This record gives sequence, C-alpha cells and structure tokens, in this order.
Amino acid sequence: MASNTETRPLLSRLLGRDAAVAQLIVITLLIFVAMTALNPDKFLRYYNFESLTYIAPELGILSIAMMIAMLTGGIDLSIVGVANLAAIVAGVYFRIPAVSEAAAAGGAGLVLHTAAAVLIALVVGLAAGGLNGVLIARLRIIPILATLGTGQIFAGLALVLTGGPAITGFPETWAWIGAGKILGLATPLWVLIVVAGLVALLLARTTLGVNLMLMGTNPRAAIFAGIRSGRMILYSYMLTGMLAAVAGGLLSGRTNSAKADFGASYLLQAVLIAVLGGTNPAGGKGRVLGVLLALVALMLLSSGLQIMRVSNFLIDAVWGAFLVIVIAINYLRSRK
Amino acid sequence: MSDTLIELRNIGKRFGGVRALDGVSLAIRPGEIHCLAGENGSGKSTVIKVMSGIYTPEEGEILIDGRPVGRLDPIRAVQHGVQVIYQDFSLFGNLTVAENLALNTYVLEGRRRMDWRRARAMAVEVLARIGVDIDPDAEVGTLPTSGRQVVAIARAILARARLIIMDEPTTALTRHEVDALFAIVRDLQAQGIAVLFVSHKMREMLEISERLTVFRNGRKVAEGPMSDFDEAAITHAMTGLSLTDDPYRPALPPGPPLLEVRKLSVPGSVQDIDLSLRPGEIVGISGLIGSGRTELARALFGMEPGMTGTIRLGGREIHPRSVQEAIALGIAYVPEDRLTEGLFLPQSIERNLVVSILERLRRGPFLDTRAVREKTLGMFRDMQIAAPSPETAVGNLSGGNAQRVMLGRWLLTGARVLILNGPTVGVDVGSKATIHRIIRDLAQREGLGVLMISDDVPELVTNCNRIHVMHRGRFVADLDGSGMTEDRINDALKTLN
Repeated sequence: MASNTETRPLLSRLLGRDAAVAQLIVITLLIFVAMTALNPDKFLRYYNFESLTYIAPELGILSIAMMIAMLTGGIDLSIVGVANLAAIVAGVYFRIPAVSEAAAAGGAGLVLHTAAAVLIALVVGLAAGGLNGVLIARLRIIPILATLGTGQIFAGLALVLTGGPAITGFPETWAWIGAGKILGLATPLWVLIVVAGLVALLLARTTLGVNLMLMGTNPRAAIFAGIRSGRMILYSYMLTGMLAAVAGGLLSGRTNSAKADFGASYLLQAVLIAVLGGTNPAGGKGRVLGVLLALVALMLLSSGLQIMRVSNFLIDAVWGAFLVIVIAINYLRSRK
Repeated sequence: MSDTLIELRNIGKRFGGVRALDGVSLAIRPGEIHCLAGENGSGKSTVIKVMSGIYTPEEGEILIDGRPVGRLDPIRAVQHGVQVIYQDFSLFGNLTVAENLALNTYVLEGRRRMDWRRARAMAVEVLARIGVDIDPDAEVGTLPTSGRQVVAIARAILARARLIIMDEPTTALTRHEVDALFAIVRDLQAQGIAVLFVSHKMREMLEISERLTVFRNGRKVAEGPMSDFDEAAITHAMTGLSLTDDPYRPALPPGPPLLEVRKLSVPGSVQDIDLSLRPGEIVGISGLIGSGRTELARALFGMEPGMTGTIRLGGREIHPRSVQEAIALGIAYVPEDRLTEGLFLPQSIERNLVVSILERLRRGPFLDTRAVREKTLGMFRDMQIAAPSPETAVGNLSGGNAQRVMLGRWLLTGARVLILNGPTVGVDVGSKATIHRIIRDLAQREGLGVLMISDDVPELVTNCNRIHVMHRGRFVADLDGSGMTEDRINDALKTLN
C-alpha cells in the first residue's frame, strides 16, 4: 500500500479511498478475462452484453435497496414481495375497463395512464416500506422478523389480487420500460443509472444519508448526538420499498406480466450483491459504486457459466462460494 | 520453589506505532498484596493482559516460579494459577451463584456432564472459605455489585488461583463494601494467594497494599514497599507532575443564573435536586456510580421523560422532552463513555463534528458542503485537534483529541450549558491539562455554564467554583470556596453507605 504513494492521490480520488472498491474492480476484471478465455468466441459478443443490460438492472436496484436497509444494520426481506405487489397493482389498474379502453386508444391517454400506473406502483412501494419502517422504528421489531412477516403479507395480497396465475395485458408503453431502448441503450439500464446516481447523491449529500451512515456506525451515539433515529429508519425503509417497486416495474415490463412469485431467487442474490459490494450488514458502511461493481462481477460470472452450459443450480452454488470467499478475504484483511 | 510467583522481565509490547509497554519488569511474590498504579493509558491493562496470556509481548520474557514459560496463552496462564477479575466480573447474570461457580471448574476439568449436587456443595464450601454469606441459589444478576465481586473471587479460588488480579475493584463500592473486600483479600493472603490490585484510587491502595509499582506512558516509573510512599509521591509518580494546577476561581459577573433547577426528580434515581449555574461558572458533581448523577444529567438533556420539577434556562421555563429539544435550547451533554455513547469511531472528524447541526447546514434538499467544510475547519483549528486532516477517522485519535472533537461538536450547536460526564476519563496527563484549559476558557470567555460530573476528585477541586456531593439521588454536601478540598470531598464520599 505504502509503495504507490505517487499514484495514490489520483487513484484514491477515483475510488473514494476505498480498498473494497479497488478489490472489486480487480475481481471484475479477473472474471472478465477468465470468462473470455474460457469461451473464446461466444463470451465477447455484443448480444451477450446487451441482454445483460436488460436483466441486470432489476437485480441491481433491488441490491441498492438492500444496501440502504443494511446501512442502519437492518435488512429488508420483503423487497421481492413489494416488487411483485407493486407490479400487480399496476397490472390491475390497467385492467380497469375505462383505463384499458383509454390505453388501447393510444396517444396522450396511453401516456397519461402509464404515468398514473408508475405513480401507483411507487406509492404501493412507499406504503409497503412505510409499514416496514413503522414496525421497525416505532414498534422496535427487529428488521429480519418484521420484513419476513410483511413479505408474507405482500406475497399473500399479490396472490389474492391475481388469484394465482400471472397478470398480463400491460400496454406497450409498460413493455417499453422493461424492454425498450433510449439512445440505443436499454431503458432498464437508464433507470438503473438514474437510481444509482440519485441514491449515491442522497447518501453523500443529504442529512438523511449522512445520518443513516452515522446511525449504522453507532446507534447509541446517534441518540446522544440528537439524530432523530426513528424517523431516519422510517425514511430509509420507505426508500427501500420504493426502489423495490421500481424493480418490480422493470421486471413486469421486461416479461410483460406480473405474478405473485416472480423473482423469488432475487432476494438472496440482492443480499449477496449488497454484501459483496462492501456493504457492512452490521451497518455504517455501504456504497452504490461497490454494489454496481458487485452486480457487474456476478452478472459476468453467471453469463459466462451459462454459455459454458453449466447447470443453473451449480451457478447458484458458485455465487454462494464467491460470496464466502470475498467475505473471508475482507475478514482476513481487516484483522491485520 | 522460587521466591517470585510470576516475574516479567523487560517486556515490550507495541500496537501499531504506539509503544504500550517499554522495558517493563515486574515481580510478584507468593501471598503478597501488590498494587499497580497508573493513569489511564499508562499501560496497566496491557500488563494485565500480558500476565494472563491474552497479549503476547514482542520483547522480554515471563517467568513463573522462577522458570521461563515462553509463550503464555490464556489457558496456560490459568493452569499456572493466574486469574483476572475484570471490572464487569464476566459472570452470567441469568445463572445462579452455584452455577456460575461450577461452570468454570467443570470447563477447566473438561467434564461434559453436570453434577448439580456436587456443584452446589462446591459453591457452599468455597463461599464458606471466604467467609461470606451469599445464597448459592440466588441469581447472580440480582446480587449487588459487591456480591457479584465476591462470586468472581470465589470462582477464581475454585480455579486454584495463586494470583488474583483485580482491575479497579473498588470503583463501584461503598466504604463498607470496600472494608469487606479488604477483609477477604487479607484472608486470601493468609491462604498464600497473591493479589494484584490495579487501581488509581491511591488512598485505598495505601491502606491495603504491601508493595507498589507505578506505571506512566508504558514504563515503570516507581516501585517499592508501600511504606516508602505517600499520596503525593504516588500522584507525582503517576502524573509526572506535582499538582500545581491553579484552581479555577474567577469572579463571576453579577446577574441572574443561566440555569436554575428546582425540585428535579427522576423516579427511582434523582430526588428533589436544586441546582443553579451562572454564566462562566463550573459546578462539580461528585458521587458514586448509581448515585443518580448520570440520570440528573440525562434529565437535563431531555432523556428522562419521567422527570418532574422545573428547569429555567436564562429565566425562561423549559421542558426538554427529547435530545433534539435540549440541543435546540442550547444544552449539550458529553456522555460518560465517549467510545460507545459519544463518537462514531470509523467516521471522519468532520462528520463527528457536524452531526448535531446537519439540519442547520442544509440548503434545499442538499447539505451545503461548503458550509460543512467551513464549520469543520474552524472548529478543527479552535480545538487544536492533532490529526492530518478533518477527514481522519476519529477512531485513530488519542483520547484527548477525541474528547476535543466531542467538545467541538457541542460548541457548533451554540450550546450555553455544557454538561460533562467524566470529561477526562481515558485521557493522558498532557491532554487532560489542555482539556481543562479549554473548558475553563469556554466558561470564562464564552460565558458557558458548565456542569462537571467526575470521579476524579482533584479534577473537580481544581476546576470547579462549587461542588455538590450526590448520593442516592440527593445532594448530601455542598462545598465551595475554601471548604472545597480533596479531603472534605473524600470524607463526604466515604461516610456514605
């Protein structure tokens, strides 16, 4: 570390003096090189990366949401439930006869109703997150139990609304959100970029972000410093819920359907990516940049393995092993 | 058999760049009562951890019964009969006395099955051996501090201790309990068990110890039979200073009090406290742990919702119901335990300084980074915080600098009343003087009223205009002017029970 003091200032400005981020960049590059070497003709294809730009953002946003919950030492196990519920409520809205007629007519009516559906989905996410926040901040139920319970509630509500099978019949504008393009890039990728930028700004430059980080570092000291801890926790879960709803929108747009049990595997993957990205599950540490890098690393890894026709189950195991290895490395490094 | 039980020779131990111990030698004889004295940060705790095998020193050697033992680890230390009783006693509060006592022995003997009858018999026997009357079936959590201490001692005996090291054993005890403890210790001595007291309470140590070793900044600075020392000599050895601090006795401007408290009570801990504080005045509160001193501070800081009575600040009646309200009113509280209650250690000095004024530094939805930077740099300079930059994590600062960050945080809030709980706990001697000077400056130049709660009686006497002695929720003695001497406060504290 001390040997490269000359190059340090520029490099550290880029990385924000974060060894975890530097380590992630190295890991991502290693995976990239390894996968290219293992799949000489198939991996480096434009199509391969393009498909990732549609699939990765929903998981990326869920991971950022998970990171926010973890900043205060919490966790949100209800994010997938919230994502599905938000998408389903939007789907139900489009099924209202008056709405579907207006949407089918196209033009301004279609755009207006799509905007309304987006707003409705976001409000569902905010409300669901608010419920989590109240349970955790006011009733002081520990986050893992509170969100496990509410996650069941949201999944149950979603089932009741759909009756089981997937809801379909989203208009083309909704599909555009999940599968369209803006300036040649996937719409979901743009959504991820905007969300990541806003959350990064929020964490670094607002009282909420700074307070969450401080509370996560030392909740007792936060009380003595006069931080309104309860309110901050409530806001953080509302934000988490809203981001989950965004992810639900992308997922339903991409598949043009919404179902109560979509994306069940996303929950643990989001935890994995958040932690891999340098988020401390005990609170106080987490960066959007780290989460994004972890997302890219894991996406490259799984797409490379898929090209090699490795079983999907084994890919899950590889992800798990990857997480354990990185955590072990971090642990060994911090002990020195 | 050698005439020393355990001997350290030229022990050196570093933590990163800090030399915690430097060429330390220390010998303890069988059955002696030895006192290890030193300020916080002098290396006392490091020595304990070396003797009990928790730290491995980089230099020097350890001899037990005259033979070098090489690398000592905690298990081997226990096998050699070294037992440490820490301030928290490390007992299981939810188990009974007998269970606590048996557990260790069973682990030590490698037994897997529990024989309750034997466990209880063992407990009864060892308690009788110390000559105390404690119910072996009582839950440890329900015992008073002194009772738990006795259980810890009994546990050490059961582990066949030949040396019992006690870390600050008298801190939370009343005078009667201290006497009882000393009786037990003399009894242990008669049974050939050596006791090493680690303490900074000189007066009590003078009473009981036979030999004394004094540490300062990781070195041994004095040792010898206790009869060679008096209190002044020990203090001089510990601090390296003779106490020449000028007492703080400024002429206070006439005028109404800044803070006026009438009949303040907190159910269960504080009763009918009357208190006044004028601008520029430093008022001390002395009292044992559990006397209600911390609850009084918390009540003023809006943290005791059950509080009754009236508080006037600048003549206006206030009812701080939350920390935020108290801060907005201009009340600041530096809590007892800086590390767990005060600071955000991995975070930057900047964030630690501005945490309580973040809302005021907002412009629209965002923090005004330029204002944050300006406030931080100003306070960083004013408080003379020794660190490369405000970006440095507070965890890397020394105790004195960390405390300056705490004071700086409250000055930024525009506090008028500053409540300090243990302002120089864990701070080295040099920084202590600086912190005292800063506090006096704040009182005198800025007209702050300061309420100083401290265990450190000399600190109160040199820095306070007046001192209240608190016990069981009440002020039991009020001292000022020439009546305010260390002896009188110590006497007031000692007659309490």
